[in-house]
Amino acid sequence: MSERDNMLARIREALAVPAPMPGHDHDPARPAPALPTAADQRRVLPAVGQSFDEQIALFRRNAADLRADFRLVKDLEALAAELKGICAAESWQRAASHGGELTGAACQALGLPVLFTDQAFDKRELARCDVGISDCDALVAQTGSVVLTSRSAGGRALSVLPPHHVVVARREQLVPDLPAAFALVKAKYGASYPSMISIITGPSRTSDIERILVLGAHGPKKLTILCC
Amino acid sequence: MTTPAVQFKQDARRLSADLRHREIIQTAMGKYEVVRDQRKAAFQDWQGARQMAAETKWEAINHLDRHLEEFVRNVEARGTKVHWAATDQQAREVILGILRAKNARVIVKSKAMTSEEIHLNEAMERAGYEVVESDLGEFIVQLREEPPYHIVFPAMHLTREEIRDTFQRKLGDAPSNNPEELTMVARRVLREKYLQADVGITGANFAIAETGMLSVTENEGNARLTAALPRTMITLVGIEKVLPRLEDLALFLPMLATMGTGQAISCYNTLYGGPRQPGETDGPEEYHVVLLDNRRTALLADAEQRDALHCIRCGACLNVCPIYRNIGGHSYGTTYCGPIGAVITPNLRGLNEWKHLSYASSLCGACSETCPVEISLHHHLLQNRRNASRRKPSWWQRIAFKVFAPAATRPGLWSLVTRMGRLGQRAHGLVKGSRLDPAYAWTKTRDLPPIARQTFREWWRARP
Repeated sequence: MSERDNMLARIREALAVPAPMPGHDHDPARPAPALPTAADQRRVLPAVGQSFDEQIALFRRNAADLRADFRLVKDLEALAAELKGICAAESWQRAASHGGELTGAACQALGLPVLFTDQAFDKRELARCDVGISDCDALVAQTGSVVLTSRSAGGRALSVLPPHHVVVARREQLVPDLPAAFALVKAKYGASYPSMISIITGPSRTSDIERILVLGAHGPKKLTILCC
Repeated sequence: MTTPAVQFKQDARRLSADLRHREIIQTAMGKYEVVRDQRKAAFQDWQGARQMAAETKWEAINHLDRHLEEFVRNVEARGTKVHWAATDQQAREVILGILRAKNARVIVKSKAMTSEEIHLNEAMERAGYEVVESDLGEFIVQLREEPPYHIVFPAMHLTREEIRDTFQRKLGDAPSNNPEELTMVARRVLREKYLQADVGITGANFAIAETGMLSVTENEGNARLTAALPRTMITLVGIEKVLPRLEDLALFLPMLATMGTGQAISCYNTLYGGPRQPGETDGPEEYHVVLLDNRRTALLADAEQRDALHCIRCGACLNVCPIYRNIGGHSYGTTYCGPIGAVITPNLRGLNEWKHLSYASSLCGACSETCPVEISLHHHLLQNRRNASRRKPSWWQRIAFKVFAPAATRPGLWSLVTRMGRLGQRAHGLVKGSRLDPAYAWTKTRDLPPIARQTFREWWRARP
């Protein structure tokens, strides 16, 4: 027998004796609990407003708490101009990005040499870039998070290796909460999942030294979210 | 040779009298409590969330065979190699085998309690590999050659001065004792390691059956880099980490962060579902998942304590435990410390040798009350005490109960004993706390409350 069969056999043998259900009434006749639905989860999770305006305001508050820089602009042109402004202020020399829907237009406006990570690339060269610019799949109002995948955002390293991560998004990509974010991921990728799905909430951080918050532990020190 | 019980008593005595140590821990925990409570309050129904999380974990664990098979089927479908390891030794051999096959030299790791559990670092270092812990706290304790102090905050017991001295000694680079500058030193050192590493090893917080993915929660981005840059990736995960569905994370991720660190959600929550897929240009070419049993199935077989496998390793029970907060994480001498460690270690590593941990509790129940998945931790401590004394009662317990039972079952004898006890206690007052006291070992740190002047039965008889 393989180790797999041995372990599964031990598990089945162990489970032959039923365990009491969670909670205080140990009624053996009680049926096994059903897994919570999205509506159940929404009943207990932190509240999110109903309207787009409430949700974008919540996202803005969360981003500020997390020390992420969130800017809502009116169109793609304004987004490109905003990006150009940050580029000048931080005197970027080299940028990295991928051929996405919004990143294409954004990068063109920069007028910098751009390393594209959706073609074969050298990771040391990516490490030398000042910024990684990526698309995303969703923004989550409830937590101020960005959802992206290895397929939608130029692979695994682009969003975490350069010291500054810029996310470009459309306002339609804002979802209210985490149950909606997972539903979106399932609907979009259910047939064939990418190798990585990441929910990013604020710039990289640590408080391992005396519980004092330091931004930019190993990942980006700055996270900018530009939404049009 | 000292037994774990003797060692535990020595360390606990020393550390509970160490006021500086206590102050560091109390300060850290004080900060934690404030933010945790804010985050809990943001939930519309925290108790409802706990109930749902407990029920979801109940389903996962009580149909573990089904969920594990589904997980393996799905993760293998995207080209992942799954290994089943019954023991710590098998897990080490599997991983060392992969390192040999890949001709690896430098290994970068992100935080994994399972790797502490199987002593993976020692095994890899003995085999000649360079192993680098990338989580800042783990990196610090690795430099100091210490085990992690806490399952979430490994270097919580150290001051910035101590960390500066460690960096100075081991890295020759410590500009100041400013936490930000110290963090940047570690960032620079580790940057280069990520780029050099041949193999990246991570743990996982959840294994999603429905989609065949491993969910890794972190704040620093070190696990993201560990999973992005080396050509081979290994995830070592306990079999109990399974969750049935992807959307279960909508509840578990914010609950883990709330209780673990007092955040609404951790900075990076990442799902890994395989090696580099067609059309992707980075990420590992090979992905290995090692499923670890290491006596988890023995705990699974104990229906009474099976819910201890629901644990999501948030560390909340450590943070609220009055014992942990006084004796600290190293005194336990175990991989998993605090209340959850005291419950599972006797089950994973032998009841007789580790039963003393069941007594390192005031049975206040703070652990059970805080646990986000409603594990009845303090009841399990009592059950471990019961199981230990059933299996191998100590000589004094046997004598004590032989004397106690006849006295407690005969009313006349009982009232005689209480009357004598009152006299005896008065006489005892003369020697109490001095070396002449026959009960010195007990009374030097404790007071026995005075026996009541009048028993209930005496009062009943004397009432007008």
